[in-house]
Amino acid sequence: MLLVVEQFLNGLQFGLLLFLLAAGLTLVFGIMDFVNLAHGSLYMMGAYFAATFVVWTDSFILGCVLALGATLLLGILLEFVALRHLYNRDHLDHVLATFGLILFFNDAVRLIWGPAGLALPLPPWLTVPFQIMPGVYYPAYRLAIIVVALVVALLLYFVVMRTRIGMLIRAGASNREMIGALGINIKLLYTLVFGLGAALAGLAGLMQAPILTVQIGMGENILILAFVIIVIGGIGSIRGAFLAAIFVGMIDTLGRAFLPDLLRQVLSSSAASTAAPALSSMLIYLLMAIVLVVRPEGLFPAGRR
Amino acid sequence: MKAWLNARTIIVALVVAGLLLLPVYTTLSGNVFGLTLFTRIIIYALAAVSLNLIMGYGGMMSFGHAAYLGIGGYAVGILAHEGIGSGFIQWPVALAASALFALVIGALSLRTRGVYFIMITLAFAQMAYYVASGLARYGGDDGLTIYKRSDFGGLIDLSNRVQFYYLCLFCLLGGVYLVWRIVNSRFGMVVQGLRSNERRMQAIGFPVNRYKLVCFVISGTICGLAGALLANNTDFVSPASMYWTRSGDLMVMVILGGMGSLFGPVLGTIAFLLLEEALSQFTEYWALIMGPMLLLIVLFARGGIDGMLGRMRRG
Repeated sequence: MLLVVEQFLNGLQFGLLLFLLAAGLTLVFGIMDFVNLAHGSLYMMGAYFAATFVVWTDSFILGCVLALGATLLLGILLEFVALRHLYNRDHLDHVLATFGLILFFNDAVRLIWGPAGLALPLPPWLTVPFQIMPGVYYPAYRLAIIVVALVVALLLYFVVMRTRIGMLIRAGASNREMIGALGINIKLLYTLVFGLGAALAGLAGLMQAPILTVQIGMGENILILAFVIIVIGGIGSIRGAFLAAIFVGMIDTLGRAFLPDLLRQVLSSSAASTAAPALSSMLIYLLMAIVLVVRPEGLFPAGRR
Repeated sequence: MKAWLNARTIIVALVVAGLLLLPVYTTLSGNVFGLTLFTRIIIYALAAVSLNLIMGYGGMMSFGHAAYLGIGGYAVGILAHEGIGSGFIQWPVALAASALFALVIGALSLRTRGVYFIMITLAFAQMAYYVASGLARYGGDDGLTIYKRSDFGGLIDLSNRVQFYYLCLFCLLGGVYLVWRIVNSRFGMVVQGLRSNERRMQAIGFPVNRYKLVCFVISGTICGLAGALLANNTDFVSPASMYWTRSGDLMVMVILGGMGSLFGPVLGTIAFLLLEEALSQFTEYWALIMGPMLLLIVLFARGGIDGMLGRMRRG
């Protein structure tokens, strides 16, 4: 029972983290029609910035805020220098160009921070176990991730659905030329959206950093997961991304936690321990394949065109 | 000047001649490294040619093409591991396995369009990747060493570098010829028509998905052959050969060379791998230069190398 609750919360936490990443991706994808493979690199940069700034400032919070700002700036810079020239190209050009950016960022990180991974230590007040139910303890930091991600998700929903800038973003998604003709600076809007997406990716990266090692290539696995999520959820749909992210986070975490024991019932123990992680990773892609076969536009198509 | 005598055909002829004569040079100079490097380039070129068939001519952007490299490789590796060393069994199995995989994932993936197609092919390739990493008996994550190359009963000795090189080159030229024949056949015309306007082709009365599926399977099978060659070349096969970045590499090779041109992918592969090799000799951080270079190519050199050669003729 204890284990189930704990793994359930772990799944929720991972799902919310995935949502932060997927939200940026789906916004950029849905609104600018831009496939950004380098989104995972921004996630990685967020983690590296955090690991550096926390040591510099000697404060976890201040370091994370600085890292968030740095990722936002990096995203805006990236959009301004290179990516905005690619918006009216086809998806293949996006894939190629941002694939090049992945190569660049991986080696840039290796050059600056070295090939070894970094660790981001938590401050003492976040390492205490937190009592969520009588007798059930959960790490305070993971709980903090859940809270922060939920707040950001709500904030994002509020901004996109209830504010003027959100209205412009949605309008830009449904008809780019029309909103431009109405006198809205669409280029600035796009830069803002891209920066927002980058900041969300950076936030996900810096929050994940204390749990995993900060290392080169950390963005690539999770990028593919984020793509799976936005495809399952329907491209451009924040709501779809949220539900799909929770779903994928749960499947991944629960699969990793319970599949090995399940498989041991039928397989030898060594075979089970090799097959189980592979199988639980496969489950996600299987889910995506099934969703796409049944609903080729994802679960919640954003209703464009 | 005759119509066929232009920059493009001259370059292609020079490259083919160079590839044919390369072993002469490497044998005379004793440059073993050059021969193994170009063997690898030729194998990847075959994979790129197969990807170009669906991507360039068929308009199907497969982001999971590395899966066939792995499947072809694992077919050879697993059979060798189980004591079946004959290439006459290994290679047909490799081709059949790739074709079957392509048939299944093609039938499912072709229900989707555009970005969704890119992502679903990626998903299937990742599944294959995880299946391979879960094969405890065949090395799992660490991969599988192949102790003996495919045995063709004295017909050809794959352990002989020069013979193996010519076999790979033969496969590549055969692959290019096959694609050329396909593209210029009625079948190929229909496939190219689908790329331009699928609804119109459907309205004319072609069974659209069946044509696409057949094209998809042919491409996967050719790439499976490249996988079997690659496993023999490295004496090793691992899940890493199916990872999505490898599929990305293949896409880059095709686009760099020029999509939808017959010989473009070969030029693209040579350029990509030689550049990678040259830059990594020059600096450890080769991707630092390679990455922005890709970005510049996308921004300023549309149509890839083949496009540039085409412009030279007009300009």
